Amino acid sequence: MAQREKTPEELERLEQKVRQTEIAISWVLRIGVVLSVIVVTIGLVIIFIHHPGYAKITGGVSYHTVAGKTALFPHTFGGIIKYLKAGKNGEGRGIVVMGLIVLLLTPILRVVTGVISFIYEDDPPMAIVTAFVLFVLIMSFVLSGA
Amino acid sequence: MSPIDFVVLLALISILAGVLGSLVGLGGGVIVVPVLTLLFHVDIRLAIGASIISVIATSSGAAAAYVRERMTNLRAGMFLEIATTTGAVTGAYLTTVLPARFLFILFGVVLGYSAIAMFRKRKAVALLSVSHDRIANYFKLHGSYYDDAEKQEISYKVVGTKPGLALMFVAGMVSALLGIGSGALKVPAMDLAMHLPMKVSTATSNFMIGVTAAASAGVYFARGQIDPIIAAPVAAGVLGGSMMGAKVLGRIHSNKVRILFVVVLAVIAIEMFQRGLF
Repeated sequence: MAQREKTPEELERLEQKVRQTEIAISWVLRIGVVLSVIVVTIGLVIIFIHHPGYAKITGGVSYHTVAGKTALFPHTFGGIIKYLKAGKNGEGRGIVVMGLIVLLLTPILRVVTGVISFIYEDDPPMAIVTAFVLFVLIMSFVLSGA
Repeated sequence: MSPIDFVVLLALISILAGVLGSLVGLGGGVIVVPVLTLLFHVDIRLAIGASIISVIATSSGAAAAYVRERMTNLRAGMFLEIATTTGAVTGAYLTTVLPARFLFILFGVVLGYSAIAMFRKRKAVALLSVSHDRIANYFKLHGSYYDDAEKQEISYKVVGTKPGLALMFVAGMVSALLGIGSGALKVPAMDLAMHLPMKVSTATSNFMIGVTAAASAGVYFARGQIDPIIAAPVAAGVLGGSMMGAKVLGRIHSNKVRILFVVVLAVIAIEMFQRGLF
């Protein structure tokens, strides 16, 4: 498939578009990252405020078990809402998990931005590639039942 | 140790993991997993969950800067993600079939081999100016970046897309099976098989590891392996560290990045052997 040679003007316009999308992707990442740090930190602080005893326990930290059905923290998307409603006991953990989900979503959001930007750059092959990656990501979340 | 000491100490160690992870294009799980299991005696499954969080945090924190500085090859990264994400999904479901012990040893061998290969290649950094790779040409995966240490624009051509894709599929599988970023496989694949410059390889690996990890994060999340008290200090610390690390990469020489990478690779290889053999 032979492509028509681009004029210098077209090339320059394309380069500007590429630069714009790079900056856009960079901003998406930055906002997601900063937001998640803030939410996670607030959650942590709330946990320690609601459980002042946590700062005094000595030698009592044990992380040997993985959450089962009676987990101490939410591990499904539906579970978070329940935790936030639970007030004092679950609030801090619920907020932390919310921040972690924002963090988990940044790479996915980045791929979404990729699809949009390749369409904007008028580059169908790369847009299809990126859309496929997005499809696999979404499927992975659906199949895992989170 | 009280929970508050645990959180503060873990956050501080995570900052270090973030700096190192963003520099060499690995996830930071290299530091987080052994620290959690050996120092804090955390269950390995929870450590792997925290490691996946650390990988995504390193990736997003560092990639924001690298993409802005045009260090990342976005096209090559996204193209190779086809293989890593499908590999990750495959891997997440293979965990039940394959014995972990076998995987650790296999991974150790692969890493040991790439450490030696990368060390041998430390002087030959000639980049290609022509590429006959039809896939790379069709998707225009070639690129250029401004090297701050050498004060010049460096352009390069990409080859070996097929071995690159195959290696990335394996990297994706390993990432899901062992909860590491598997940048340890991605960087050599890009550097050795595809002829990308070292700095571009680590920056692009940084961009990719987050997307790969996200493909297996859902599984870990659903299984309850992502504990807020462990993951929160890791996420916050690694994010801060990776943003600091990203400021450094542009200014140091490619050869130093390569040597640092080889050292880290050798350490993980030994760690993997240890887990597989004992």
